[in-house]
Amino acid sequence: MTQFRARLAGNRAVGEYRHLVLVTSAEIGQVRPGHFATVAVGGRDSGMLLRRAFSIHRVSTKPSTGTAIELVIAAKGPGTQWLASQPEGTLIDVIAPLGRPFSLPKEPVPCVLVAGGYGAAPMIALAEELRSRGCRVDVVLGAATESRLFGVLDLKRIADSITVTTDDGSLGVRGMVSDVLPDVMRRADSAVVYACGPMGMLRAVSEIAARTGAIAQCAVEEAMACGVGVCMTCVLPVVGDDGRTRMVRSCTEGPVFRGDRVRWDAVGTVPADAVGAPRTGGH
Amino acid sequence: MAVDLSTTIGRLTLPAPVLTASGCAAAGRELDPYFDITRIGAITTKSIMLEPRSGRPTPRMAETPSGMLNSIGLQGPGIDAFLEHDLPWLRQRGARAVVSIAGNDVHEFGRLARRLRGVEGVSAIEVNISCPNVANRGLVFACQMGSAAEVMAEVRRYADPTVPLLAKLSPDVTDIVEIAHAVVDAGADGLSMINTMLGMSIDPVTLRPHLGGRTGGLSGPAIRPVAVRAVYQVHAALPHVPIVGMGGIRSGRDALEFIAAGASAVSVGTVIFNDPSSPLRIQQELHDELAARGFTSLRDVIGIAHREG
Ligand SMILES: Cc1cc2nc3c(=O)[nH]c(=O)nc-3n(C[C@H](O)[C@H](O)[C@H](O)COP(=O)(O)OP(=O)(O)OC[C@H]3O[C@@H](n4cnc5c(N)ncnc54)[C@H](O)[C@@H]3O)c2cc1C
Ligand SMILES: Cc1cc2nc3c(=O)[nH]c(=O)nc-3n(C[C@H](O)[C@H](O)[C@H](O)COP(=O)(O)O)c2cc1C
Ligand code: FES
Repeated sequence: MTQFRARLAGNRAVGEYRHLVLVTSAEIGQVRPGHFATVAVGGRDSGMLLRRAFSIHRVSTKPSTGTAIELVIAAKGPGTQWLASQPEGTLIDVIAPLGRPFSLPKEPVPCVLVAGGYGAAPMIALAEELRSRGCRVDVVLGAATESRLFGVLDLKRIADSITVTTDDGSLGVRGMVSDVLPDVMRRADSAVVYACGPMGMLRAVSEIAARTGAIAQCAVEEAMACGVGVCMTCVLPVVGDDGRTRMVRSCTEGPVFRGDRVRWDAVGTVPADAVGAPRTGGH
Repeated sequence: MAVDLSTTIGRLTLPAPVLTASGCAAAGRELDPYFDITRIGAITTKSIMLEPRSGRPTPRMAETPSGMLNSIGLQGPGIDAFLEHDLPWLRQRGARAVVSIAGNDVHEFGRLARRLRGVEGVSAIEVNISCPNVANRGLVFACQMGSAAEVMAEVRRYADPTVPLLAKLSPDVTDIVEIAHAVVDAGADGLSMINTMLGMSIDPVTLRPHLGGRTGGLSGPAIRPVAVRAVYQVHAALPHVPIVGMGGIRSGRDALEFIAAGASAVSVGTVIFNDPSSPLRIQQELHDELAARGFTSLRDVIGIAHREG
């Protein structure tokens, strides 16, 4: 968790996304797949105060230029549009690495990586890491349409198998990742599922993993005001080791959670049995 | 030339005038990687309640022009866990702590004050009266003279008499000076102002309130002129009562505005989310702003906007 100014050294279109390269000479510590970065948007006196969070796609370090952090961003609202439109050379305020990354298996067990849209951004480095540990790696990528798929070619190169789904059938199987995942897992005998994408997808993946007894590692995307653990906006209901549900910060205790620990049905609410939940007649 | 930045709030002397605002710095630990938290005036901790509290449903925030809305609902671990884990950490780290407390009713404020008696590492207590009074239809204590004064008197009764008490005022009142008088008469040594302003945003897609809690507190530079006005009015009426000013402070120049309006110290809140290293940066900028104007002491500038000429 270092705050630094990085120079935008690359900004190019990849399908509907922008692939950004941010270069810094700062010493940022070890970055692992699943870590995220936050970026201040709109310049020094920006009226947009809240930093935007992005998964770290890749990190590389060269003695001559420093550390390059790569992000894949969808230009949706004003903040991401600002970022997507910055010319090379712009100085950007970045904090990285943040959060808890994906846990890696100690044994070389078969793993399946599931991602929706830009959720594939952290999966390439994760696939490489798992392969280097001798794990079998299967990949399932989904998106609304072909232009919103990311990383297909890279993952094809690294993974043992790759299955692509699109809602409109423009590439691969028409449908959702959850339609094909059970088959992929059966064939590969997957022991761990790594997932990054929208909440609905993570919930479906966790349910599938629970049925087969696989461990699910899910990177969630909750709206974050600070990204560093001070504001309590980014919470979701998570079951702890003691079996009790707490509203847990996804920026510091996540964004990666075990799928069987998140109360997916209760995300967006405070379950009545959560620690400190309002009592009837209370606040 | 170096400017003397030290300041006093009642019996408390702080080596520097910049604090973090309650709810924007947790209990300090998460900000320590971004700046040396012992170098600023103090960390004001997130308002703590008697019991653990899970807060409101998500979404809990919405970005707004130069600000944000939040509806956290005072999520926190409760006073026992706070005293066991959070406060000792701040003390060991050598940081000063202003402990913010919040209760569901008058009685709970008193019990919290009692729990803090004799506890080491409490530089001051900030009484967050901008929360709903469960015993009185959820009306906010800070919005009525009577209940604001009642809470303050209760805390005064049980709190350590050597620890300064700050009352945290809400701007959502007809006459903030009236409330300030009431809490000072009831025993407040100083005032923290302002808390967030009640707001709402509607999701343009669902056409329903964006926040899980429906309404939320507006903060950030968008509310700064309201805060400066409130500090100015209260300082004019109560020139001897120290004020910790806050509301959208983003730079040393913003901090200087509050000092000139009458604040003895300032807090940085929402801007921490934009820049977690901002409290120390703002403190340095304030120093430089004072030096550039030829001032040698912060104290000479407190309330200067009220002077003629
Ligand atoms: C851990 C994490 C990893 C992410 N990784 C990526 C990624 O790799 N690529 C990518 O394109 N996007 C990613 N996102 C989503 C990205 O942060 C949002 O799309 C972005 O903040 C929206 O900003 P905006 O200015 O376009 O939208 P606005 O609507 O203007 O945003 C307003 C506010 O809401 C917040 N917000 C809005 N949508 C989201 C959202 N979906 N998630 C979180 N906060 C939101 C913003 O941070 C901002 O504070 C990630 C989010 C999180 C939490
Ligand atoms: C996310 C968030 C949480 C807050 N929590 C508290 C709180 O627990 N107690 C309190 O007295 N004020 C709380 N506040 C109000 C701030 O302390 C401060 O008074 C207000 O936000 C104005 O300052 P700012 O514009 O610099 O943020 C909170 C503000 C925000 C944005
Ligand atoms: S985003 Fe502020 S605590 Fe997680």
